Amino acid sequence: MTVAVDAATRTDGWARRSAGPLRHAAKILLSVALTFLGLTCVTFFIGRVIPIDPVLAIVGDKASLETYNRVKIEIGLDQPIPVQYWRFLGKVMQGDFGNSVITARPVLEDLLRVFPATIELSMFALIIGVVLGIPLGVIAATHRGRWQDQVIRFGSLLGYSMPVFWLGLVGLLAFYAKLGWVEGPGRLDVGFDDIVPTLTGLITIDSLIEGDSDVFWNSVSHLVLPSSILGYLSLAYVARMTRSFMLGQLKQEYILATLAKGLSPFRVVWVHALGNVWVQLVTVIALTFGSLLEGAVLTETVFAWPGLGLYMKNSLFNADLNAVLGGTMLVGVVYIGLNMLSDLLYPLVDPRAREQR
Amino acid sequence: MTDTVAWRGWLLDPAPASRRQARLGRWYRSWVAFRRNGLAMTGLVIVLALALTAVIAPLIADPATANLQVLEDRLQPWSVAHWLGTDELGRDILVRILFGARITLTIVALVSLIVVPIGLGIGLPAGYFGGWIDAVLMRITDIFLSFPRLVLALAFAAALGPGIENAVIAISLTTWPPYARLARAETLTRRRAEFIEAAELQGASHLRILLTQIMPLCLPSVIIRLTLDMAGIILTAAGLGFLGLGAQPPAAEWGAMVSSGRQVLLDQWWVATIPGIAIFITSLGFNLLGDGLRDVADSRSA
Repeated sequence: MTVAVDAATRTDGWARRSAGPLRHAAKILLSVALTFLGLTCVTFFIGRVIPIDPVLAIVGDKASLETYNRVKIEIGLDQPIPVQYWRFLGKVMQGDFGNSVITARPVLEDLLRVFPATIELSMFALIIGVVLGIPLGVIAATHRGRWQDQVIRFGSLLGYSMPVFWLGLVGLLAFYAKLGWVEGPGRLDVGFDDIVPTLTGLITIDSLIEGDSDVFWNSVSHLVLPSSILGYLSLAYVARMTRSFMLGQLKQEYILATLAKGLSPFRVVWVHALGNVWVQLVTVIALTFGSLLEGAVLTETVFAWPGLGLYMKNSLFNADLNAVLGGTMLVGVVYIGLNMLSDLLYPLVDPRAREQR
Repeated sequence: MTDTVAWRGWLLDPAPASRRQARLGRWYRSWVAFRRNGLAMTGLVIVLALALTAVIAPLIADPATANLQVLEDRLQPWSVAHWLGTDELGRDILVRILFGARITLTIVALVSLIVVPIGLGIGLPAGYFGGWIDAVLMRITDIFLSFPRLVLALAFAAALGPGIENAVIAISLTTWPPYARLARAETLTRRRAEFIEAAELQGASHLRILLTQIMPLCLPSVIIRLTLDMAGIILTAAGLGFLGLGAQPPAAEWGAMVSSGRQVLLDQWWVATIPGIAIFITSLGFNLLGDGLRDVADSRSA
């Protein structure tokens, strides 16, 4: 969740202080390109500092020096580092992250196979977080200092402080093992596997398209606990940010003016004040989604959820560096994409930003 | 009694006679404001208790008992001999939690020691010199800021191998950027101040101005930010431990303890859940403390 804390500081990023609409877009694109280059640099560097000799990993330690040198040239390790980086970048641009050692398939193929499961989990969590978090934040702001505010603030503080993997275990223990309200780990019961053809990769959506209600309800029952737990964490953040944005709005004079004109307080708060807060909330929501992808690594481990997080974790323990770096790149690209999206959406939701440009 | 009244009077003197008196007086007023905040005081108590636990753990229990395996006593519920029960190798959970406080505190301290100098070292020159230095430094910061923390830490741990030092490096690498931004922002607001100009006219070098004039003014907000970040650092470290990438067994790291308790979750729930409560309370303590410190700082600036 910590990365998301910078939402407020980021909204005044340099990409927004711009003159023309073209320059605005160009600056965003340049910033995205630079960040992407940085991401590839770091990933490449991580790949280089690994203490395992990649040549030895291929030829084994009984190979002769000749074979060793031949393979070293074959995979390009004899070249200077800038050349190696350039080749790495070329491959990455083509979506080539190498082959996974465990599955023996291209890493990209693996990533695309497991990613929908993570998307499904994070989307549901985000919906919970936004649908509950924003109203709670608004209520906390309008009841500042009273018990509603205290309860909501403390509740979100608890969410901030909880280790997500522990909450997952406690949730499994209570709602699956003791109470039996929800299904346990995994995305579906064993009997329901492969009934519905994969279209989007999101089982809830696929089963709805197929009209198979048994599969749908089974997948929802598996989904509800992990997504509620992740959702609680994002709720905590969204409610907190909404509260502080709303407090800023409620201090403004236009609130007093609209009230004086006889508008109902309800309308003033939920339409006028909240309407102005949306701008900042877009950034918060985008960043929340990014941090949900992170939280998914731990949640997926707890719930045996076959998504990106579990894939990366398993690759990690099998020393499958290509897969780990591929996964890192994928999450990084999604992160950068979300940032770019919130930068581009900004003028759409904020008329002032539109006029200024 | 009269002594304390005299001290209070000296501290709250509206016309302090020396710089030291003024400074101590300011601290005292902040402390009075802080003390009124019940939640913040709770946080302070939790954090102090954690520090105390870490220091006196070897006095309460023999360090050897933290890893002492008594297989006949495995998976015991709480009893007089083992207040919080025992884990799957018959080790006392309470003792392991006490020693786990040391690991957690070490990680937090090391990350702070790495992150603050890097953040200041990048943010201060960026804000002070401006121009291309600012542009380059801030682009680098933005790049690191746009990385997902846990995933990057995962990749680092994968490359460097699991272990507590590598976990610290990985967490630090993803934690410093906000400090650079903060230091830069604080520097920018002071860059044109008259006391900087005065120092320049007296012939102070850039380095001297940065270190003696600007840095001390940045420190309060950096410290508040650090306190608020502590919870996140603890949670990330515990998460890495849970995934098996932090402190390695048999070290009594809280995240790793939760992970090993997973095997027996359904029958002996306390093995996994109790270390989790320790993580939760600790990070809650830092969050409460940080919130309180921020409130005090805000009310002073307002």
